[in-house]
Amino acid sequence: LVFTEEDKYGLYSNLLFKYFLAEGIVCGHELFVASAKEHPDNILKELPAPLLDDTYGKELGDEAAKSEDIQDSMKIAWRYQNLPKMEARPTTYTKFGHYYDVSKKMSPELCQSVKWHSFYLHEELSFEPKMKTCNMNSGYARLLQSIQRIISQEGFDGSDPQKKQRNVLRIGIQSLGSVLWGDDVCCSDTPEDTHSLTKFLYVLRGLLRKSLSACIITVPAHLIQNKAIMERVTNLSDMVVGLESFIGSERETNPLYKDYHGLVHVRQIPRLNSLICDVSDTKDLAFRLKRKLFTIERLHLPPDLSDTVSRASKQDLAGSAKLLSSGCGAMAIGKKHLDF
Amino acid sequence: QGKFTLLRDTRTDGSFLVHHFLSFYLRAGCKVCFVALLQSFSHYNIVAQKLGVSLAAAKERGQLVFLEGLKSCLDLLFGEEEQPGQPSPLQFLSTSDLRALFDFVRVSLTPADGDSWKSPVLLVDDLSVLLSLGAAPVAVLDFIHYCRVSVCCQLKGNVVVLVHSNEDSEDEENELVVNSLRHHSDLILWAEGLATGFCKDVHGQIKIIKRLSLRQAAEQDQVQIYQYKIQDRNVTFFARGLSAAVL
Repeated sequence: LVFTEEDKYGLYSNLLFKYFLAEGIVCGHELFVASAKEHPDNILKELPAPLLDDTYGKELGDEAAKSEDIQDSMKIAWRYQNLPKMEARPTTYTKFGHYYDVSKKMSPELCQSVKWHSFYLHEELSFEPKMKTCNMNSGYARLLQSIQRIISQEGFDGSDPQKKQRNVLRIGIQSLGSVLWGDDVCCSDTPEDTHSLTKFLYVLRGLLRKSLSACIITVPAHLIQNKAIMERVTNLSDMVVGLESFIGSERETNPLYKDYHGLVHVRQIPRLNSLICDVSDTKDLAFRLKRKLFTIERLHLPPDLSDTVSRASKQDLAGSAKLLSSGCGAMAIGKKHLDF
Repeated sequence: QGKFTLLRDTRTDGSFLVHHFLSFYLRAGCKVCFVALLQSFSHYNIVAQKLGVSLAAAKERGQLVFLEGLKSCLDLLFGEEEQPGQPSPLQFLSTSDLRALFDFVRVSLTPADGDSWKSPVLLVDDLSVLLSLGAAPVAVLDFIHYCRVSVCCQLKGNVVVLVHSNEDSEDEENELVVNSLRHHSDLILWAEGLATGFCKDVHGQIKIIKRLSLRQAAEQDQVQIYQYKIQDRNVTFFARGLSAAVL
C-alpha cells in the first residue's frame, strides 16, 4: 500500500499517480482507477507514453561515456579518491520498470490493451452497500465494495483455480480524504468522524494482502490539520512518500535547490516478509520535471563557489548536510575551481 | 510468570521485537495467543522460519492461536451473517466494544483437557491499531486490564504488547494509552530511532527498563541502553558508540 502525500497544487503527485498506472498498462496488469475529482476516463487519456528502449538507453550511454573521461586524480581531497563516484541518475539502464516521456500521451491502442475498471464517485448509484459499513463514510464503503467485487470476480484472490494466467491488479485512488469523498478530515481540526479514513485503509490493506494487487493512494496531506490521523495513517500503510514542491514557497529562490522542482520525502519503507527493509544510504531525494522526463535524484550540494558566504543558506545546508552521505565530497571531481 | 511486557517504538519499527518474542515463547513450549492486527499470517510465518520456528506447525499442534486481524475484518465486512452465538472478535469495528476480542483471548488461552503446554502467553501487534479502528482509549485500557487479570493473575501467564509512540506526537489518545501502560508494565523494551537521524550501521537504540519499583516500594527501576542493527536473521546489540562500523 503506497501512500503518497500530495504536494500543494497536486501537480507532481498526479504525475506519479499516472506513472503508476502507465507502468501497469505497459506490464499488462489490470487497472482499477478511483477518483472523486476527475473522471477516470480522463485520467487514463492523459497517461505518459512509454519511452522506447533503444533511444533512451543510447542517450544514457553517451552521457556515461563522457563522464568516464574525467578521471583526474584528486590532489587535495585525495582521501575521497577511493569512494565510488556518486551517481546522481541511473546510468545503467536497468530492466526493472520502464521510462516514460511526459510530453507525449499514451496511444489509445495501448490503453485499450488491458482491462480496466473505474470508480467515479459521483456516477456511482447511490444504493446501500451490501457489506456492513461499520460506521464508515459511505463513499469509502462503496469504493471498498467495488474493489472487493472486482477482486473476487476477476479471481485476483486465487478463488478461481481454473484460471491459469495470474495477473496483478493495480489500484489507483486519487485524492482520498478530500472533501469530494464526503470526508471532512481535510476541513477541520476536529472532524466529525475521525475513524473513517483509518478504517478504510485497514480494510483496503486486508484486501491487498489477500489478493495479487498493489495500490497507490494520493492524499492532500497538507490539508489534513489533525496530525494524529496522519500518524495513524502512516502506521497503516506500507510505504509513505511525501512530495513537497517548491512552487510558491521560499525554497523556490534558494540557490541550493535551483536545479530541482521539489523534494521527495520517503517517510516509511515497506518491511514485508523479513526483519529488515531495503535501506538505501541516502534519504535526501529531490525531483525535477524536465520537458520529457520526470526524474528523482539524490539531492547533492553544489560546491560553495560564492565569495560571500551567506548565513541563511548555511542554516538550511546544515540541516540537510547531517543526513547526506560522505559521497557529496565526490562532487569535487568535476569542478576545478574550488574555493576553500 | 505473570509479567506484563510493553514493547514500545518511537521513530522506528519495533516489530523485530514482536518476532523475537513470538519465536522465543514458541520455542519455550508455551501456548501462545497472537493477536496480529497489522500484518498477514504469511509475513510472520516467513520471518519466523528465518528465526527457526514454523508457525504453521505450531498452529497445527494447537500451540499457537493466531488471530489474523486483516482476514477477520474482511470476513466480518464481506462475509455472510454471523451466528448469534459466535461474535467475531473484531466486532468492535461496528460496535466499539472490545469484549468479543477479550472473550476470544480468554477462550484460546484457557487450558483445554489434553494440553501439556507451559504457561500461556498473549502477544498483541499492535495496540495502536485498535484506536485507529474506532475503539476508545478507555476501552483499550479496560481490555488490557481484563487480559492481565485473566492471563497474568488467573492463568499465571505473560502478556506482551506492542505500541507506537512519539514524544511530540499529536495523537493524544495513543499517548494516553501508552502512558498508562508504561506505569503498569513490569518490563519495558523501548526501541527508538537515533536522535541524530538515519544511519546505515546502527538502526536504533533500545532501552530496557526493568520496573522493579512496581513490586518493591524502595527499589529503583533498572535501565539499560544498547544500540542495535537488524540483519536478515537476527539482531546484533552492542553498547552505545561501539558499533562494528566504528571499531
